[in-house]
Amino acid sequence: MNNQESNTKPKERKRKEKPPVEESLLAMGHRACTGCGEALGAKLVMDVAGPKTYVATATGCLEVFSTPFPESAWRMPWIHSLFENSAAVAAGIEAGLIAQGRDKDVNVIAQGGDGGTADIGIGCLSGMLERGHNVLYVCYDNEAYMNTGVQRSGLTPFDARTTTSPYGKKSWGNKTEKKNLPGIVAAHNIPYVATASVGYPFDLQRKVKKALSIKGPKFIQIHVPCPLGWVYPAHLTVEIAKLAILTGLIPIYEMEYGELTRSRKIGKNRKPVEEYLKLQGRFKHLFSGKPEAEEELEKIRQIAEKNIKKFGLA
Amino acid sequence: MKKFIEGSMAVAEGVKICRPLVVSAYPITPQTHIVEHLSQMVADGDLDAQFINVESEFGAASVVLGAEASGARSFSATTSQGLLLMGEVLFNIAGMRLPVVITVANRSVSAPINIWNDHSDSMVIRDSGWIMLFAENNQEAHDMQIQAYKIAETPEISLPVMINMDGFILTHAYETVDTIGQEEADKFLPPYKPEIYLDVENPITMGPLEEPQWYMETRYRIQEAQMEAKPIIKRVAQEFKEQIGRYFGGLIDTYRIDGAETLLVAMGSAIGTIKDAIDELRDKGEKVGLLKIRCFRPFPNEEIIEVLKDVKNVAVLEKAVSLGASGIVADEIKGALYHTPYRPEISNFFLGLGGRDISKESIIEIYNETITKRQDNIFVDIHPDIVEQIKIR
Repeated sequence: MNNQESNTKPKERKRKEKPPVEESLLAMGHRACTGCGEALGAKLVMDVAGPKTYVATATGCLEVFSTPFPESAWRMPWIHSLFENSAAVAAGIEAGLIAQGRDKDVNVIAQGGDGGTADIGIGCLSGMLERGHNVLYVCYDNEAYMNTGVQRSGLTPFDARTTTSPYGKKSWGNKTEKKNLPGIVAAHNIPYVATASVGYPFDLQRKVKKALSIKGPKFIQIHVPCPLGWVYPAHLTVEIAKLAILTGLIPIYEMEYGELTRSRKIGKNRKPVEEYLKLQGRFKHLFSGKPEAEEELEKIRQIAEKNIKKFGLA
Repeated sequence: MKKFIEGSMAVAEGVKICRPLVVSAYPITPQTHIVEHLSQMVADGDLDAQFINVESEFGAASVVLGAEASGARSFSATTSQGLLLMGEVLFNIAGMRLPVVITVANRSVSAPINIWNDHSDSMVIRDSGWIMLFAENNQEAHDMQIQAYKIAETPEISLPVMINMDGFILTHAYETVDTIGQEEADKFLPPYKPEIYLDVENPITMGPLEEPQWYMETRYRIQEAQMEAKPIIKRVAQEFKEQIGRYFGGLIDTYRIDGAETLLVAMGSAIGTIKDAIDELRDKGEKVGLLKIRCFRPFPNEEIIEVLKDVKNVAVLEKAVSLGASGIVADEIKGALYHTPYRPEISNFFLGLGGRDISKESIIEIYNETITKRQDNIFVDIHPDIVEQIKIR
């Protein structure tokens, strides 16, 4: 895709202003796994945000792989406090900057994984949103607690097997559908909520740019495949990310002040859910050919159907 | 200026003159009046600060953590369940060496739910790395705020300070307090200029992962800073005395210890009642005095040894129990004396739990029991008939 773009639009690329730093703000050499969707997502976000950005990060893979003391991959002011408080720490930074008159032309970003955001950190997130801080919260959704060894979170999808929602004689894996976190966030009537995917980096970066141009609380949930937790070969991250969107299982859309304003259509490109599921070991138990497994697959098809209707993806 | 004000207002006035830039808190009895007063000061334009109302004490502690990391002097207040809910963040603030100051309106810990005073709340947090000061009265609580920031922000210390004052007994009591003027305060406490803070012009990473080859050294530095804080706390109290003219002790304070054979030891508002009891006993010719522990963390071993070395009996009066063990302050005093030749008999008493009144008569009774025979883990004024009524089956 990059090659194609550089071949067809070389002049436009030259006209673009050079980015303020030569390398990514999330420097190379960190310790993320090969094919890590979260590392890719964070890099895409930070390179749009730029160096005049304060970042508060929740405990999790992102914090662990990027800051093994005395090394740090962050070329921007960065803080990690705890698992569940990155939104509150970012709120404190924003308040501190305002009080010191240092809040002009800077961004404040809070970030965390799906567990740190949708589960244990939802109180601090809600508080930050409701108080109207000028903070962008980014949730990297890899659909389980990966840092602790792939345990189920509130954003783990239906029937996915994790180490705490295993497949067994009496279980098809995770019993619940993904918590509607963007919906909960949007219910705070904040100016901007978006979902995005590392499968569509330009869409993702456009949303980050748009979010940062708006004063007030903003939220972006980014779907970030995890080769280790989802059990697939590392080179498939982007392909799997795209299939999640094209099957309708992960809708990507934008909401402003609680109203849906835009969604990414899948139209004729729509793929059957099996194409997404079968690539991943966490759904392997659904392809045994047993009639019960077929029933489970049908339930997942219905989830995709529901998303397509709800978000107008057709 | 002398004012007849509530204890919570004495604290708020003490905080205001420190010019905090960010105040964040969540309401819990009996802390509420402190943050209500501060909130009004911000609303009236008398305090130029960001006042952040949060969704929990956990959020409040996290907000002041973030604010302090950005380079802004910050304040919070809480008590009891709120302090416990802050717990995880409090350890984090100390570990990150952020000089936050919070005031705790000490209250019991549930269950049973009880909103009245004892020291069970802050005693849980004693191993967190916070410097812990205990105020005897509202004047001291007022004066401690500015001293706390000066101690906390001393570059070689850079640790948070928790000011403890007894909930209701002090926070809701009206007393005459001589408040410090802004000009005086500005002379005593310079603006906060941290060496390390989050800044886009000089990006740093705070709160990294530390593997086993780094963690112990980092924790060692906190212990070292705690120990180095001892002379700083004394020096700040001395500087305050020289400039403002009041002194309530450095790490400890004493009362009528000349020739004393028995010393009563306590922290917080019970000190006032104990002083009255000592006056009465001294009038009767009893050789008794008081050791007030003003700073519980760092624990003032050397100062305590110096005061206790020549006495026969010590009675430690505590407002918290280490359930399943014994008196926390008493055990630490015993520990301090172990490697010395001094062996006073040390009795320990629990009193005033959950707001139970501490009377002068009870203290005199404690003294009489202590000089007769060593007493271990005595719950003072406990009613056997009520104990009988409270059965778990």
